Amino acid sequence: MRPFQYARPATLAEALALLEAHGPEARLLAGGTDLVVRLRDGTIGPSVVIDVKRIPELRPAIRQVGGRLVISAGTVMTDVAQDAQVRRHFPALVEAAEVVGSVQIRNRATLAGNICNASPAADTAPPLLVYGAEAIACGVAGTRRIRLDEFFVRSGETTLRPGEMLTAIELPLPVRRMGAAHVRRTRRRGHDLASVTLCCGVDEAGLTRLAFGSVGPRPILAEDASGTLADPAAPAAAKAAIFEQMFAAASPSPRSMRASPEYRLAMLRVLGARALATAIERLSGQERPR
Amino acid sequence: MIPTYPIELTVNGRRRRLDVAAHHSLLDVLRDDLELTGTKECCLVGECGACTVRLDGRIVDSCLVLAVEADGSDVTTIEGLTPEGRLGALQEAFLDRGAVQCGFCIPGQVVAADDLLRRIPHPTPAEVQEGLAGNLCRCGCYGQIADAVLAAAQVKGR
Repeated sequence: MRPFQYARPATLAEALALLEAHGPEARLLAGGTDLVVRLRDGTIGPSVVIDVKRIPELRPAIRQVGGRLVISAGTVMTDVAQDAQVRRHFPALVEAAEVVGSVQIRNRATLAGNICNASPAADTAPPLLVYGAEAIACGVAGTRRIRLDEFFVRSGETTLRPGEMLTAIELPLPVRRMGAAHVRRTRRRGHDLASVTLCCGVDEAGLTRLAFGSVGPRPILAEDASGTLADPAAPAAAKAAIFEQMFAAASPSPRSMRASPEYRLAMLRVLGARALATAIERLSGQERPR
Repeated sequence: MIPTYPIELTVNGRRRRLDVAAHHSLLDVLRDDLELTGTKECCLVGECGACTVRLDGRIVDSCLVLAVEADGSDVTTIEGLTPEGRLGALQEAFLDRGAVQCGFCIPGQVVAADDLLRRIPHPTPAEVQEGLAGNLCRCGCYGQIADAVLAAAQVKGR
């Protein structure tokens, strides 16, 4: 690794001042499972690395505030997957958090880091999109909420402004009963990124939300408000037509080594149908949420 | 002049004070400064698990942790899991089952297996696979390693 300076701000204000002072020369460090890899391979060469883990507001915490579940930016995947409230209200997020990397990675990688890294293959992005999550961005000018669908731009790029940092991810507690499932394809469990990562959520009013990643520059969210997908009795042809519209935005890279575009597009359809079936089952209570 | 930062670690129960450069990983410091060479360096991208250590009660890939980040933490390496002058029950089980071929991945495997058995004293084969999914063995001893962990779980007192 190329040498750099290390800063460990004790307050959010101090962290924001450092970000402001160093601009693009600064990188934020949370879990480090992506950052340290890139520091070592030389893709990035910041002059200062700002470790945000000891800022009180960012310390690992998952708490209910009003009708929302607030997951602080320092919260790691292991904590997300084990938390009783997340398990109760957002089981598909648990499923996604449980397949990120290995035990060693999940003990270190943060949910916020997974989102800020903006990998198209981020496994937690599809469930967060389906559950209507928002990113809480803090800067010297103030705090703003960003709907996750408006957060991702392309691989490694988000709508966070220079000088802003993520302090939390918020999930609105479902008002309507909902069934959801996360599924993925990968070559090897424990290491490999997803070739397709997908989440489907169906609520009792008949709204179906489908979000998927690793098939284009950013994760995509699509909705079916017609009730067709949510209706187990709807004709297969009608469902297939809606799926085709939803998947039209997928554009897998032909350059990726993990899987060919043809394979990914084929699997997108298989996984979409499977996740929908599981989501409907869970909604109808045949399978109780974990 | 590369700046250094004073840190304090508890490594295998022993308090250590060090000055470290920010770009040195916890793995670098364990091996090069503290001469605890049981922890192995291999892929350096968090895929192989050869550098697995326990940090504040949870296993991590020490190649992905900066030493300076770990300031104030409690670290347990393979040396810390090994009783003085002999092997622990888990390590014996690895030998009994022929799980150790070249041996390079074994410290990481043992630290991960120890962590699994702390969390789940009597794991299923699937739980063993999941618990050790972050540890590669290029000799391909996965079957024997899983057998060893399951056998160790049978031993009274685990």
